[in-house]
Amino acid sequence: MLGKTADGLFWMFRYLERNENTARLLDAGFRIALTRAAAAENEWASVITTIGVKQPFMEKYERMDTDHVIDFLLRDPSNPSSVISMIQSARDNARLLRTALTRELWSATNECWLTLKELLARPVRERELPFVLSTIQRQNALLGGTLHGTMMRNDIFNFARLGTFLERADNTARILDVKYYLLLPSVSLVGSSVDNIQWETILRSVSAQRSYHRLHKGDVRPREIANFLMLDLRMPRSLAFCYSKIVDNLTHLAKNYEVRQPCFDQAETVFAKLTDRSIEDIFESGLHEFIQNFILDNNILGRQIEKDYRFYG
Amino acid sequence: MAEFMNFDEMFGTGEQHRESYRDYHQWLESQDSAWLHRKSDEAETVFRRIGITFSVYGEEEASERLIPFDVVPRIISSREWSRLVRGIRQRVQAMNAFLHDVYHRQEILRAGRIPVELIAENDAFLPQMIGVSPPGNVYTHIVGVDIVRTGENEFYVLEDNARTPSGVSYMLENREIMLQMFPELFAQINVQAVGDYPKNLRRSLGNCAPRSCEGTPVLAVLTPGIYNSAYFEHAFLAAQMGAELVEGHDLRVVDGRIAMRTTQGYAPIDVIYRRVDDEYLDPLNFNPQSLLGVPGIFDVYRAGGVTIANAPGTGIADDKAVYSYMPDIIQFYTGEKALLKNVPTWRCSEPDALRYVLDHLSELVVKEVHGSGGHGMLVGPTSSHEELVAFRNKLEARPGKYIAQPTLSLSTTPILTKNGLGPRHVDLRVFVLVSPDGIHMTQGGLTRVALNKGSLVVNSSQGGGTKDTWVLEE
Repeated sequence: MLGKTADGLFWMFRYLERNENTARLLDAGFRIALTRAAAAENEWASVITTIGVKQPFMEKYERMDTDHVIDFLLRDPSNPSSVISMIQSARDNARLLRTALTRELWSATNECWLTLKELLARPVRERELPFVLSTIQRQNALLGGTLHGTMMRNDIFNFARLGTFLERADNTARILDVKYYLLLPSVSLVGSSVDNIQWETILRSVSAQRSYHRLHKGDVRPREIANFLMLDLRMPRSLAFCYSKIVDNLTHLAKNYEVRQPCFDQAETVFAKLTDRSIEDIFESGLHEFIQNFILDNNILGRQIEKDYRFYG
Repeated sequence: MAEFMNFDEMFGTGEQHRESYRDYHQWLESQDSAWLHRKSDEAETVFRRIGITFSVYGEEEASERLIPFDVVPRIISSREWSRLVRGIRQRVQAMNAFLHDVYHRQEILRAGRIPVELIAENDAFLPQMIGVSPPGNVYTHIVGVDIVRTGENEFYVLEDNARTPSGVSYMLENREIMLQMFPELFAQINVQAVGDYPKNLRRSLGNCAPRSCEGTPVLAVLTPGIYNSAYFEHAFLAAQMGAELVEGHDLRVVDGRIAMRTTQGYAPIDVIYRRVDDEYLDPLNFNPQSLLGVPGIFDVYRAGGVTIANAPGTGIADDKAVYSYMPDIIQFYTGEKALLKNVPTWRCSEPDALRYVLDHLSELVVKEVHGSGGHGMLVGPTSSHEELVAFRNKLEARPGKYIAQPTLSLSTTPILTKNGLGPRHVDLRVFVLVSPDGIHMTQGGLTRVALNKGSLVVNSSQGGGTKDTWVLEE
């Protein structure tokens, strides 16, 4: 398999994953904007920060108005992290590596691109937002289903999955990075409605409300939320889950290629940090520091994978 | 039905359908035209979804376009087809013998059958190829022969494409879409399959692997990249053959072989199906500005470390000035008369011919010797006075750059228009594979159709579309 193809797959699936995340964050932020207008601007600020586009946003707009945020995150071509830019990049990559994709997966990608392009051709009004966001998520789900239903479980699949889980781990960690203070035991004003809303928003932004409530019978506690998002191996967007998948896929590659690359050891080390310790230990040694280190480790791993598998010349 | 001035593939010169269209015509008569239009729209949606597009330079929004597809097939009887096969086989065989000769002993020049200047002063002649013998002496692994028809028994070769002929992916996708849209037709009518092309291409290229190759040959398709107008086809063929799709920057010379950068290091390639022009193949041996090629690939090729298909320098066999000598070339190498006719051609480099062409400009089609894609050509009968004057000046300034041909009344095939069926001019590209084991032709081809009423230009960049092409079983 060409190094260029591995690179294209890895990034194609990172872009798609990032789009899904943006749609979720918008959905969670929009809920706050609708129900608690006073808190809207703060919430949008944290969404913009989570996605990592605060600077370009502030260069363009003075205020975090709902309309501006929606436009910037969904359809602004000058924002490289907007949904429209991401699907364009993902589709460009798919064209480049068309030979590695099944016909079905290529068609699903192309259709997703055509659908989103049409959907986002004009400004999205507030009342259309729920429909637009659910369409983005549905298109992504189609892509994910097609990947699983049609692609062989070989190195092509492994590089696609590595992209997905590296990006997902980064996304979940960024949400935690921006909202960590809400999860600290010291600040928790248990039972206050403000925190309840904030906690629900965190869960909503990783599509985990229902799962969490099912597990904890409606008892919303910051410690449990942190544990759920970071260490719970059943939760498909938790840091630990992402790393179990990253290690799985690197294991397949190592077996298939009969070489254990440095990135393998790095991934195992990061995974161990998520499985060897309880959430109490993490709180004790500093939640925020832990998350920031994780984001750093995750980036370093991404670069090591690129190097080990010769993505570039 | 309108009256036909030309020979029509479905109706001949009369009102009655021709024999080869009997079953199809009967089916067509019983179809509701609104339903046909719906099917036509559906086909377009499918083409768009699966992204069968060609790229257009310099147009930002419409940088990927669909080639219009018409749902009425072009049907060729088995008798007509076997006649074409014999003629094309002979022609392609002669073409390869000619290429070997001009790059070795040049017997044809010694015998005075073609003028020395035709080769010596031709930009398409590649001196670097002198003395190089590709595996099996195959030069043109893939050839596209363009055929036009003017009457029941009048077939002409309009053009040979011996460099990097394109369009075969449309042949395959057009059939695929017809099978999806009108499955019942294929149950009723016995149409020869075309779907084996990628498998045959793979086998044919594999048979041309360098002598040093052991085991299953490793194949790669070399593309100029995503912005090339035929990128879709390059990716399509690579995927269908299970070959890697590479660009110049994925390749380098390693231990006297060409190798591609993989996730496990550099891996050698045996056969490169290149869709990059000669000039851009190797910046060390040809155009030093080229970023598309692989430095040193030509040296590896000359030493027998890799097969390049088609071989560099094949352009000397399909150049339009050389084309005019094809009947002589066929006679010289096969000892037979050409089975398929050439279109009569005036070489404007010859004073008598030039005089004739200038006197009859408004009746002729004038083409650039090295042109392609329908660009830089004059269609006399449909040109304005100003266009004729401007072209006359160009012609007088550099006559050697042009050839002229009579305006042929190309056959038509009905297409589905808003107002029912309407006749439009067509040509046919036949795809030929050459390997040491022989010459193989897919039983079908790409029918290109000039969608504008009365137009004779079928090129996709100039309002042309395509149709599925059926060769009937006996």
